[in-house]
Amino acid sequence: MAIQAVAANRSATLLQAKAGGRRTLVDRAMRYLSFVAAIVCIIPLAAVLFFVTVRGIAAVNIDLLTKPARALGVGGGALSAILGTLQMVPLAALMAIPIGVLAGIYIHEYGSARSARVIRFAADVLVGVPSILIGIFVFTFLVLPFRQYNAFAGSVALAVIMSPVIMRTTEEVLKLVPGTLREASLALGVPRWRTTLSIVVRTALPGILTGIMLAVARAAGETAPLLFTALGSRLVNVGDLTKPMDALPLFIYVNARQPFELQNEQAWGAAFLLLVFVLTVNVLVRLRSAGTRTQ
Amino acid sequence: MTTLPSAPWLAARPVGRTSDRAFRWATRLAALAVVAVLVLLAIQLLDSSLLTWQTFGLGFIGGTTWDPVQAVYGALPYIVGTLLSSLIALVLATPIGLLTAIFLSEVASPRVATPLIFMIELLAAIPSVVFGLWGVFVLAPFLRGTVEAWISSTLGFIPFLGGPTFGIGLFTAGVILAIMILPTIVSIAREVIRSVPGSQREAMLALGATRWEVITKAVLPYARSGIVGAVILGLGRALGETMAVTMVIGNGQAIPTHLFDQAQTIASKIATTFNEATIGIQTSSLIALGLILLVITIGLNVVARLLVWRVAGPTGGE
Repeated sequence: MAIQAVAANRSATLLQAKAGGRRTLVDRAMRYLSFVAAIVCIIPLAAVLFFVTVRGIAAVNIDLLTKPARALGVGGGALSAILGTLQMVPLAALMAIPIGVLAGIYIHEYGSARSARVIRFAADVLVGVPSILIGIFVFTFLVLPFRQYNAFAGSVALAVIMSPVIMRTTEEVLKLVPGTLREASLALGVPRWRTTLSIVVRTALPGILTGIMLAVARAAGETAPLLFTALGSRLVNVGDLTKPMDALPLFIYVNARQPFELQNEQAWGAAFLLLVFVLTVNVLVRLRSAGTRTQ
Repeated sequence: MTTLPSAPWLAARPVGRTSDRAFRWATRLAALAVVAVLVLLAIQLLDSSLLTWQTFGLGFIGGTTWDPVQAVYGALPYIVGTLLSSLIALVLATPIGLLTAIFLSEVASPRVATPLIFMIELLAAIPSVVFGLWGVFVLAPFLRGTVEAWISSTLGFIPFLGGPTFGIGLFTAGVILAIMILPTIVSIAREVIRSVPGSQREAMLALGATRWEVITKAVLPYARSGIVGAVILGLGRALGETMAVTMVIGNGQAIPTHLFDQAQTIASKIATTFNEATIGIQTSSLIALGLILLVITIGLNVVARLLVWRVAGPTGGE
């Protein structure tokens, strides 16, 4: 196949060379230009990775990892932020995973074509809603009535962002499960729900987990929905969901705006930690799914 | 009244049926929850901003002052800031993104395309706040010394392009947004281009067209509405992007008149002032800003999805 295509390509080029020099020239120039465009797309990635790594590693030290934040350029670290992210993101996942996976099961296994389309559409629109508006939405019913910024509201906001993503990936993966598996299980007299859970979802589990991991990585980097919910805090907050809590993205945002060198460095350090987590998840997940695709 | 026969093999059935029904309802509730969140979000934003709409009416949209002391609020500077920054992003990202999508799907061999696609997907995974940090400390000083200085000195005679350069401002925000929407435009445009039937290309090649002519005369016209959809989805993302923009756009309160002015977008205005706002007309007005943003982004998303669906089918895109 590939060899044939190359051969066809070659002979086509030869024919064109005779047909008209200008057209061949335009063809070649535009193909090079498209290559240049692709390289331009990669430059920002390289630049961000380079600066976050260089300035971030310089700022990562024991203090950053083990000390809570302190005011106005006098030391301290990102401990409160690290612990906050480690609490709010898993809690959000705990809420979003059942909703996302079950909703994905519904639109693929149970819902009529029309209801599936409506729900899918709603989920796509929800994914497109600016995350800061989700922050305001959660603020109006989990912060405002209690007059208290709280970590629980932050988790809910993150869960709202995660669940449509998980739902859509679950649906995509369920589509790949062959119908014969379902039929075989049903023919053996296994009830529909057991068939769905132990056969269909079981088969699709690696893909569903992939979707969940990507959603977690995305939630871990979200700042805007936490601004008016979890708010951020200098104090280490472990376990008190009714009080404000810090998170790594909030820590980066706040410290980048400080006029103190040390604070800015801490922001780079935190950005490095966050980026290492987010990119590790993304690289692992994508390498694995690329691996299974070629097998 | 006849009693139903009770046979053990029949008795076993309803048990399964009950749990079947329970499971089905659980999945249905979860799916409805996703829809309900969207509906509630719209209702809640409308309800919480009612005070502003009652006080200023639709004049709020055209109002140019935002003055908490006098309790006069208008959305226009932020709407203009949002549209202008996104416009800059589109002008930069559309040609580059489209050319990249063409390169990845029509020009490059899989061996070259696969790693590039991988890297562009990674670009999409970088958190907004990290872009913001990089924007403030690296990109803004860089642009100020190079691109902005050049535009200001050579093209400055054109009204919108002149003026002093700060690094922090509308232009830098547009550049950051362009970087952030590139992956969206590339991946969806690629999806759409890939769904163009091979026979279209072969027919053009058979007529003696060059590869580039195949792309411009056969592939792109076929994929046009889907590509427009990809660009609109990118625009939707740019309009609502918050953190990176907030960090690099400055804090201008007036309607920007120059490319390098400091400005505010709707999202950045909300992000910077919502926590300090007093409950009442001020928060109400900020939420009203949010509602305007919601209406714009939902509208764009609906239009874009329909356009992408027309070419690539309902599962395409994302």
